[in-house]
Amino acid sequence: MLKAPSTTPAKPNPAITIENLGKRYTIGHQQAKGDGMRHAIEGAMRAPLAWLRSRRQEKLQQVDFWALKDVSFQIKQGEVVGIIGRNGAGKSTLLKILSRITVPTEGRIRIDGRIASLLEVGTGFHQELTGRENIFLNGAILGMTRAEIIRKFDEIVEFSEIEEFLDTPVKRYSSGMYVRLAFAVAAHLEPEILLVDEVLAVGDAAFQKKCLGKMGSFAHSGRTVLFVSHNMEAVRSLCQRVVWLKEGRLHQDGKADEIVEDYFNSTFNELPFSCANSDYGLIIQKVVLKNDRGEESSQFRPGDDLVVEVSYNAQKRIEKPIIALGVLGINGSCFTSNMLLDGHRPDFLEGSGQITCTFRSIPLLPQSYTVKMIVRAANVRDLIISYQEVAYFSVVGDLAEYGYKGEYLNWASRSTHVVIPYEWQLPDGTTAMVSLSAPASTI
Amino acid sequence: MQRTHTRTTASPNLPPIMIDLAATPTTCSQHETRFGTRDAPRTTQLLIEAGCTERQYWRDLWRYRELFYFLAWRDLLVRYKQTFVGVSWSLIRPFLTMIVLTVVFGKLGKMPSGGLPYPLLVFCGMLPWQFFSTAMAESGNSLVMNSNLISKVYFPRLVITVSSVITSFVDFLISAAFLVVLMIWYRYAPPAAVLFLPFFVLLAFGASLGVGLWIGALMVQYRDFRFIVPFIVQFGLYISPVGFQSSVVPERFRLLYALNPMVGVIDGFRWCLLGAQNSIYWTGLAVAVIDVIVLVASGIWYFRKTEQTFADVI
Repeated sequence: MLKAPSTTPAKPNPAITIENLGKRYTIGHQQAKGDGMRHAIEGAMRAPLAWLRSRRQEKLQQVDFWALKDVSFQIKQGEVVGIIGRNGAGKSTLLKILSRITVPTEGRIRIDGRIASLLEVGTGFHQELTGRENIFLNGAILGMTRAEIIRKFDEIVEFSEIEEFLDTPVKRYSSGMYVRLAFAVAAHLEPEILLVDEVLAVGDAAFQKKCLGKMGSFAHSGRTVLFVSHNMEAVRSLCQRVVWLKEGRLHQDGKADEIVEDYFNSTFNELPFSCANSDYGLIIQKVVLKNDRGEESSQFRPGDDLVVEVSYNAQKRIEKPIIALGVLGINGSCFTSNMLLDGHRPDFLEGSGQITCTFRSIPLLPQSYTVKMIVRAANVRDLIISYQEVAYFSVVGDLAEYGYKGEYLNWASRSTHVVIPYEWQLPDGTTAMVSLSAPASTI
Repeated sequence: MQRTHTRTTASPNLPPIMIDLAATPTTCSQHETRFGTRDAPRTTQLLIEAGCTERQYWRDLWRYRELFYFLAWRDLLVRYKQTFVGVSWSLIRPFLTMIVLTVVFGKLGKMPSGGLPYPLLVFCGMLPWQFFSTAMAESGNSLVMNSNLISKVYFPRLVITVSSVITSFVDFLISAAFLVVLMIWYRYAPPAAVLFLPFFVLLAFGASLGVGLWIGALMVQYRDFRFIVPFIVQFGLYISPVGFQSSVVPERFRLLYALNPMVGVIDGFRWCLLGAQNSIYWTGLAVAVIDVIVLVASGIWYFRKTEQTFADVI
């Protein structure tokens, strides 16, 4: 597949070509070997032959785990590709191999262009050093030259908004300042190919948006970006193409919208969520989402009713539990139903049963959402089921049908989740009603 | 930054390896080519292949040369932050050790000094020994200490270990200034042999690096070395001729004794700085040189061999 260097620049090479990539980890190896070196030395001294033999056997006993297997795909110059998959699907391993932190066991990769990876914000930051010192240190670690850092220093400081604290050790920074500074340095790397791993998981919503904006502008300038994330909204808004890894293999590869939707449907299928607390004898058998017609669903339209149905089996009698459900989007909590708030507690749970909660005409914009649940004991303090994700759904729909006609609709609709009905009264006397739950009505 | 897709075969900067790759695509080759100045547009190609050691490793090492400086600079900056006397620690430590060794070996042990002031004799031994021991300890720990870097960014890992030796070398230079003061105090002018001092400094550097590479790479897998290193340091102070001259060692054991590379280094330092009273033991020196070459070469070999798995096991 490698051609001789051609003199025709007409057809650019793919930025990244991955062929039959595989990465094997051997697990159980360290446990088998005992604590460190002692076992190795002792064994070798006592009975050299037996030791050699046992080593060979040990090799056979080791369990191989393929974090990646037979992964092949190409990424063209200027493409922005999202990599999605569940935890342990091999996303991070792929980025680690691409950024040369670890080596593949099989296959090969060809990379065309200056590559930089951002697997973590603030790699190499030192707590004791000042902001100024850390800019230099971090820049150098990320592969910038001294001259480059000096040239971009002012820009970095401006982006980070921490000018006054430049000579304060970063250990005195708030976590927000720390992350801002760290991202500022990374954002000023100028590679042709950028690998980003879940960096946006840190920081507050405003910061996340700033990061996304920076990455967006980076992508628009025609550079190649590989973006690993669990944040489907971010993936969908940033990437044209998505590669979906499943158990170390390439599962799907295609247009971002389609793959993200499939991925969402699959998370729905892989669930329903279940869990148990043996101390209280409570088993949550499943949590399913239904629409107002009683059908299980993971897709809703704005204004639909959302029914959360929790099936439980209480092996022991549980007095006055407190249940709360929350619906969350990428920017955080949208709304909740909380028995701590409304006081409607069941007297007890015993045997099998169901608790459902219907959220009426959900005022949500078309995005992806998560449902979380928590169950507290009667004393409020003890948790029977800790606060955790129990279901996923997406809201789909064309906002234009609801009377939304803003010029920057798609862009603006990412900034928020919940919209309740409202009414504009403009100076010229016009009144405009806006509502997600009702069809368009403009007077 | 602009991107160029043109791969101009005519470019004079084009390394021959590029042509190798084009001619024999099946061979194991992992390499990177870049042309243009550091900040100018350039084209970079990189091939990562399973089971291949990186051929462009040494070029990368050169590209990341500034990182040697930055990491050493970080370690130096950090070391004395929030300390009261700061850098003076790198003077206080050898000074106090010098006094203890002078009292123990010179006054109580009544070791021969060959007509030299005993503190001077001790300090000339202390200087390379302290460098060796701190460099060995720090470079041995360096990879584990920087595990956050190893698991998150790529750069040749040798940079980490080498820069920790450089950090210790700066301490060495500070202590060396103290030696100058000490020599002025005793009104002792060094002989002409002082010109050979850089050679022995290099030898000490090599010995530290060689041992540091081994221990650093081994420590990634076996944390046992965390306990072994302080032991070597403590033990080494007494089996190396720091508090006494190596001439007190019986003649028939001298060759065996010289296997410790620091024997050759310390003898060399005393020969260069204190003069003829300490005539040089050439066989011992040759053994030390071979020792150091073997240590460095095998250290680099082992380090390179295990380097690729650092991120997986650390």
